Amino acid sequence: MKTLAAAEETAVRRIVAELKGRPGPLLEVLHAIQADLGYVPEAAVAPVAEGLNLSRAEVHGVVSFYHHFRREPAGTHTVSLCQAEACQSMGALALAEHAQKRLGVRFHETTRDGRFTLEPIYCLGNCACSPAAMLDGKLYGRLTPARFDELIAAKAKSS
Amino acid sequence: MTIVYVPRDAGAQSLGADEVAQAIAVHARSSNTPLTLVRNGSRGAYALEPLVEVATPQGRLAYGPVTVAEVPGLFAAGFLAGGAHPLAHGLTEEIAWFKGQQRLTFARVGIVDPSSFADYVKNGGYAGLTRALAMEPAAVVAAVLASGLRGRGGAAFPTGIKWKTVHEQPAGQKYVTCNADEGDSGTFADRMLMEGDPLSLIEGMTIAGIAVGATQGYVYLRAEYPHAHRALNTAIAAAYQARYLGDDVAGSGRRFDLEVRLGAGAYICGEETSMLESLEGKRGEVRVRPPLPAIKGLFGRPTIVNNVITLASVPWILAQGAEAYANYGTGKSRGTLPIQLAGNLKNCGLVERAFGLSLRELLYDYGGGSATGRPIRTVQIGGPLGAYVPAAQFDVAVDYESLSGIGALLGHGGIVAFDDTVDMARMARYAMEFCALESCGKCTPCRIGSTRGVEVIDRILAGVDGARNLRLLEELCETMVQGSLCGLGGMAPFPVQSALKHFREDFRAAPK
Repeated sequence: MKTLAAAEETAVRRIVAELKGRPGPLLEVLHAIQADLGYVPEAAVAPVAEGLNLSRAEVHGVVSFYHHFRREPAGTHTVSLCQAEACQSMGALALAEHAQKRLGVRFHETTRDGRFTLEPIYCLGNCACSPAAMLDGKLYGRLTPARFDELIAAKAKSS
Repeated sequence: MTIVYVPRDAGAQSLGADEVAQAIAVHARSSNTPLTLVRNGSRGAYALEPLVEVATPQGRLAYGPVTVAEVPGLFAAGFLAGGAHPLAHGLTEEIAWFKGQQRLTFARVGIVDPSSFADYVKNGGYAGLTRALAMEPAAVVAAVLASGLRGRGGAAFPTGIKWKTVHEQPAGQKYVTCNADEGDSGTFADRMLMEGDPLSLIEGMTIAGIAVGATQGYVYLRAEYPHAHRALNTAIAAAYQARYLGDDVAGSGRRFDLEVRLGAGAYICGEETSMLESLEGKRGEVRVRPPLPAIKGLFGRPTIVNNVITLASVPWILAQGAEAYANYGTGKSRGTLPIQLAGNLKNCGLVERAFGLSLRELLYDYGGGSATGRPIRTVQIGGPLGAYVPAAQFDVAVDYESLSGIGALLGHGGIVAFDDTVDMARMARYAMEFCALESCGKCTPCRIGSTRGVEVIDRILAGVDGARNLRLLEELCETMVQGSLCGLGGMAPFPVQSALKHFREDFRAAPK
């Protein structure tokens, strides 16, 4: 298991100290760690457990239960494609096939140049504008393969 | 100064509303045209988004869908004075989509500036809380009970009974929690409300706190809703600033504190006991009931768990009276329902109407038929655990009892349409796959059954022992329905069973 870099270790301890007094703080702590480091490193489990007076198994159990928490860093850009029913009714599966071909990765993978991580997501609440996707926190609706390519090209150019 | 409205709603943003707002601001500056830009919620007609509105003495005039490229043309046409333009729709209120709607819960969504406390109050906000503060807490509970309001999250349990149970628990720490984990595909009413009129949810939760003696509220919001997160936090800060939250709510001497807690991408956390576990910072595994959350809920204390729409309907009920609310609707489905039209429809969006209009009216009069122009083959109502309804049953009325009469359920009121290219065996497989992905793992029928369900459907589609495997699938569904601990495993078979019942012809091996 990789150890935490000194700056990461400091961030984790600071977050735990800040939030430990709140009721039921573990999810809050994990959100804060992910917001700060971009993911929840395996090596963060021990200091979080120690700081919150939980067992490492409990912390590991929570980190691994929730889809939102990343165990590995993501690429520079994260693309989440909605794969739920409403988006499926408007071609989300074909769009997903296209996206995987265009980026050369499957879902949950990051491109070899580290630029793009592709994720499935189950409902962005944009079901009135299917198919929907989120790219670096920005929501898109009625997405077509052509528009997808434009968005990716623009991101690739900017990074 | 002329007020121009451009929605900040996430759905409108997904169609370019931010860029349109920006272009309008830039054009106004460069042409020295004074205007005030307000970022409102969405009115809910997504075919017209981004819907730009101009306030005029006659009322608000609508232009849409506006693109950045159209902005100079709108200025040239004098849209600030209601000038004619191909995108002009006249008065927003007169657009067919809005005209027949009965907006009680959504009365202010798309109208007000969601970040403005003053705007909320000016449009009738906090009238409900004011009434509630002048009443005995038990009378507030009685009013909610008398209104006939049932949980809009999907379970449709009478809200007043939950409140009454919490109210009757001995004094001590109690909680009001709002389930804002709107994970069902095809639903977005909670999101629209939280982004477009977050103070109505805050007011509803405050009334709940006053009624049952709870001093702390939590909104459990899904992590997939960053726009709603920002809107809620802004509104909560505004309510604290105005002293409508905190230690002296509206000068009543009563305390109510409120904060937002984020979920982390687990569909199961929309189940109330799983949500409570998650709020406590644990794995979102469902609890065995009893005890009910109303008796032993968050941190073991009496807790109200209500959906966003349920809580946001409470201010109207208190302000206008329980009877006024109960006058809407039919049978045991009282009041109005914010229905969400989604998927393959020409016009998608939000329709709030009294219970009882027909599915056909929704799909064709409001929805305008399919987006692809092909026949609508089926709709799924109530999210991924809801049954598929075939076209032959589109005359059913949209209320709790009528839908359950045909083996379907209303859930959170989301309706997803599919055209005739849909492969129902694939949709059934997806239902099982989704259940396997999202099962909390606590009970076997759900955890193992869903995975076996995917495998059995795969064998059917591969042409392996079709008849035997179809029987096996039916038995497996029955086991999951009867043997699961909560609604996820207990209802995930509903789409599968309905697909088998109405679209059995799809369950066969693909031609080689």
